Amino acid sequence: MMHLPVQLTWLIPTLPAAAAAVIAVVPARRPGLGAGLALAALAGSLILAVLALGGALADPATRLTHTFTWFAVGHGAIRLGWLLDPLGTLLAVMVAAVGLLIFTFSLGYLREDPRAKQFFCFLSLFAGAMLGLLLANSLLLLFVCWELVGLASYLLIGFWFQRPAAAQAARKAFITTRIGDLGLLLGLVWLQDATGTLLLFDGGRGVLEAEALSTLAGATTVGGLAVSTAIGLLLFCGAAGKSGQVPLHVWLPDAMEGPTPVSALIHAATMVAAGVFLVARVFPLLAADLALPLAPVHALSVVAAVGAVTSLFGAAVAVAQDDIKRVLAFSTVSQLGYMMLAAGTGAWTAAIFHLLTHACFKALLFLGAGSVIHATHHEQDIRRLGGLRERLPVTGATFAVGMMALAGVPFLFSGFWSKEAILHAAHGWAVSQLPFLVALAAVALTAFYMTRLLAEVFAGAPRGHGAETAHESPAVMTIPLVVLAIASVSLGFLGTPWWPWLQRTLDPTFKAEAGGAGLMAVSIALVATGILAGWTRYGRHPRSDARAPDPLARSVPRLHGALAARLGCDELYAATLGRLNAALAAAASALDRSVWDGCVRFLARLGVYAGIVSRETDEKALNGGFNAAGDGLRASGRAYARTQTGDAHGYVWMLAAGFVLLALGALLGEAR
Amino acid sequence: MNSWPILTLVVLAPWAGAALLGLRPGLGDRASRWLGLAFSLSTAALGAALLAGFDPARPGLQFVERHAWIRSLNVHYHLGLDGLSLVLVLLTAAVAPAAQLSGWGRAGPARVPTLLLLLLQGAALGVFLAQDFFPWFTCWELSLVPAYFLIRLWGGPGAARAAYQFVIYTIGGSAFLLAGFAALFASTGTFDFGQLAQLGRDGALTEQLGPWGVRAAFAGVLLGLAVKVPLWPFHTWLPPAYAAAPTGTVMLLTGVLSKMGMYGFLRLLWPLFPAQLHAAAPALLALAVAGIVLGAWAALRQEDLRRMLAYSSINHLGYCLAALFAVAAAAGGERPAAEAAAAALAGLVLQLFNHGVTAAALFLGVGILEARAGGRSGLGDFGGLRATAPALAAFAGVAFFASLGLPGLSGFVGEFLIFRGLFGLHPAAAVLALPGLLATAQFLLTAWRRVFHGPVQGAAAGFSPLTAAERSALVLLTVLMILPGVAPGILTSLTHPLVTAWAGHLTP
Amino acid sequence: MSPLQACLVFSAALFSLGLIAVLVRSNAILVLLGVELMLNAANLNFIAFWRYGPTPAEGHGVVFVVFALAVAAAEAAVGLALVIALHRHQRNVHLGDARRLHG
Repeated sequence: MMHLPVQLTWLIPTLPAAAAAVIAVVPARRPGLGAGLALAALAGSLILAVLALGGALADPATRLTHTFTWFAVGHGAIRLGWLLDPLGTLLAVMVAAVGLLIFTFSLGYLREDPRAKQFFCFLSLFAGAMLGLLLANSLLLLFVCWELVGLASYLLIGFWFQRPAAAQAARKAFITTRIGDLGLLLGLVWLQDATGTLLLFDGGRGVLEAEALSTLAGATTVGGLAVSTAIGLLLFCGAAGKSGQVPLHVWLPDAMEGPTPVSALIHAATMVAAGVFLVARVFPLLAADLALPLAPVHALSVVAAVGAVTSLFGAAVAVAQDDIKRVLAFSTVSQLGYMMLAAGTGAWTAAIFHLLTHACFKALLFLGAGSVIHATHHEQDIRRLGGLRERLPVTGATFAVGMMALAGVPFLFSGFWSKEAILHAAHGWAVSQLPFLVALAAVALTAFYMTRLLAEVFAGAPRGHGAETAHESPAVMTIPLVVLAIASVSLGFLGTPWWPWLQRTLDPTFKAEAGGAGLMAVSIALVATGILAGWTRYGRHPRSDARAPDPLARSVPRLHGALAARLGCDELYAATLGRLNAALAAAASALDRSVWDGCVRFLARLGVYAGIVSRETDEKALNGGFNAAGDGLRASGRAYARTQTGDAHGYVWMLAAGFVLLALGALLGEAR
Repeated sequence: MNSWPILTLVVLAPWAGAALLGLRPGLGDRASRWLGLAFSLSTAALGAALLAGFDPARPGLQFVERHAWIRSLNVHYHLGLDGLSLVLVLLTAAVAPAAQLSGWGRAGPARVPTLLLLLLQGAALGVFLAQDFFPWFTCWELSLVPAYFLIRLWGGPGAARAAYQFVIYTIGGSAFLLAGFAALFASTGTFDFGQLAQLGRDGALTEQLGPWGVRAAFAGVLLGLAVKVPLWPFHTWLPPAYAAAPTGTVMLLTGVLSKMGMYGFLRLLWPLFPAQLHAAAPALLALAVAGIVLGAWAALRQEDLRRMLAYSSINHLGYCLAALFAVAAAAGGERPAAEAAAAALAGLVLQLFNHGVTAAALFLGVGILEARAGGRSGLGDFGGLRATAPALAAFAGVAFFASLGLPGLSGFVGEFLIFRGLFGLHPAAAVLALPGLLATAQFLLTAWRRVFHGPVQGAAAGFSPLTAAERSALVLLTVLMILPGVAPGILTSLTHPLVTAWAGHLTP
Repeated sequence: MSPLQACLVFSAALFSLGLIAVLVRSNAILVLLGVELMLNAANLNFIAFWRYGPTPAEGHGVVFVVFALAVAAAEAAVGLALVIALHRHQRNVHLGDARRLHG
């Protein structure tokens, strides 16, 4: 078999990215051209990714890397690189394959949308960035792609930007994930500062290689944390933001404002799993502090705890949602928490296994939901759906496959095996059994809400106009459903306890542990309980009309209300962080307007006052003196002028008098 | 090495255009505009020639022209160019023609505004190329005159007051700068930057001026430059001036003139007063971080696009200042600091260029909006513009995301390098500055949502398509936002030896 | 009483007469006449001091008188012209009315 040379790895992400650039500039009159280009580019990437995977599988122990200099800084340089290993290439194949199916589905879904060209442009941009993220051998390159998938997500959530809700959701998604990304960025600069590189593998000098790891684990920072723990937790911030982990999960349900293929591709199958991928990718860094038994906290423990909380939270809230896409969105939150939990307990291979199976069946479920929404003229409220089993037979059947895979129906469905691997790892975690118990609870809840969803949408009788007039979607949409359904079944056999091929491929040191039969029995029992509970409440007696209250709302109204309100996270954030942010903004603005502008005004006024004082001294002291002298001169002149009578006689008399006086003076002087 | 006085040509070409326009009062609008564009493009042509002849491996000055000018004062006509100057000349070459093009749609006589913009361009180039205080300061002050008249005569509401405040405030700052240099000249007898920097490095300035004298001179120069950049809290002249100035002027103000202050920091303050800057750096770093964070938060509160972008400029230039001050504060440290310092300084230079282009593009976009909305630029005056003006939305989108530092566009690389350096030199400052990045994303995306997304409303309805002039200006700036984002080496290679040399000075 | 004394007494009387005329008369012509009398009284003194002085042989006194007479003639011409101008202006030669030069 031919393998892709690692130097050509750049082609895999660049093909769709270049397609996006070309689509952006082709005229909007040719929508078919854009879609065709996007599909062709992604198909090319898929072929190359398969070739790359072949190369990586041929020799899983050696990592193929290709490093190049981006630009020089100081005495070193910022270097980027590509990496072909089983983890990245496997996921790249998955992304390209699922992406291709979803692109195809979109052809039907957006047939009538005049802006379909833009849609495929953004989707291609996303695919390129996502593939780059998976194949990057540099955390910086990974971050670049990480942000670009965030951009694509923003653009696609806000695809129908004229809807205020979509515009709002897009902004919220970008900003919420950016909170996590800032932690990631900080982690990157710290890593760069501590190790001088951001390359993952660089012939012994990469950050994931023994030398750097021992340095990082050996140094301590604030609070007695090992530097590796601190950096790992910062990187996990980014992962938590992207993967919708509590407390940064709030954007993911709102992201369902985007077109449904987008929800399937980006917000279920691929991008949101990037956080899990990141954790798996930097797993050696996160695990570096395990060698320090006295560390105040281990990075992986935090990951496990966050994952556990998220899995339970998502599953619980999904129970009470009425929007078909929101149920699936919270289910995604919950499943991502599951993966994090697995990674946190050390079983990152189980996390990736679940990531792969989840990508298939969640994409299937979302596309099924999209098919339902498309068929019912954009009806998303499950209370007004119902009875679609006969009207949408292919969609219904494939949706049921997806539901069973997600719920973990034993043996045949892929979700069962990947979930089993996670439960096994959580059970074996030495630190605490709490995540294991939480995961068990989530298993039952998942089975329950998925049964509810399936029953509400497909069983019973139609409860709304949309459901009554529904017709099965065209083949371009149903064929991807069927393909994904097949994958949702078959992928599970890659990682059964008896033949853990996937785990061994990803991690050559993986050792299968026997003795999981009891555990398996417990989880099967829980799944059965969940399905049974769901079926008795929703399937056996389907609701009669759209306004009938939820059975759960009748039995536990307060709990149901709280869950339906998503436990008030958005409101809590708005009341605390939102208000704090607004207050700080107001303070910053007021500081400018009052204090600093006030200082300037004060100085200006000081200047004006100085001017006034200067004018006064001029007018009073200096000008006053000159004026007084002038006035005196003029007065004396006027007085003297009074003697000038103009009377010639007077003058002569004076002359005479003067003469007499002179004569008298002379005479008297002579007499003396 | 070069018989042509090419740097003189760079400075004089825009002024020659201005003189030509000044001597032909009867010139029509069309001819004035084309003439203005042609002469503003002279910098690009000469800049290309400079780029071709520039040897990036040498950190020192190149293309030097030095002639005695006023012998009694030891004043020299001394022009020279290093990597930093070259980057800023190229920035001017990009922003000035775009600024000229931005005015093509405006009604009213074109000759005088075109002339004044050319004057402004020449003055800025003079600042970037002069290596003697006398010509440097002449150009520095000369730039205020056209800016004042442009704001005063062609500005929006409140222009008279804003122009007055702008000029008085910056002249007030310059007075301290001048006083500082007068003190230096009185004790050293030279205005030459190179000689003064040598004296500063040797500590001879402190000997000649006394410890308090040199501190006073430092404070004066610092104040003059801090007002120009501006360093928080000397920034209050900026939002009104940016809000009132006509589009082309504000593009030059934020794209080029704000870089003059930063250039002064790098060319004057740091080389001349390394010890004093080192001592003051922690406090200044705190101010720079305050500018980053509070600038972004204040932008969040603005209801007017221009004022919002003005605060965003304060925020973005805060990164440059923070990088410089962190490097200055770390001077004399151990070896690893040199790598972080090199990253911070390389990021600084990138950020100078990128902010210039991005901010100019953003203000150009606002100008285009205003031209079609009767001068309105409030966030609430528009809605759903992306539906009625998709081309403008695409260009503006690139600028918005470049401004918030999206990887792949120009803003990211500079900010990453600055943060990488800042973290290496002063981790607390890096952590404290992070909320600025978040708030930047928040105010930009909020503005984007209100103006471009949502249902079509307000002035967004019936939006006429972009004119050829607007389109070409936007294309020019957009290319310059994407290119350095993908291949930052284009710019960093010009300054790399210079920056490495600067960072190398830190370690004794 | 010696001849010199007699001459001096006469000249003093003549001067006094002229002075009185100048001081008390308001007719400009008569004032001018008074001035002429005073001048001639002075001339008489020159002659008397010369004739009865220590050197009567040299003609000093006569020279002075001849000059004074010439000047007096010129002065009279100017004075009369002034009087005529005055008459033109105010239709009389009354000095009391001619006060337009007061300050």
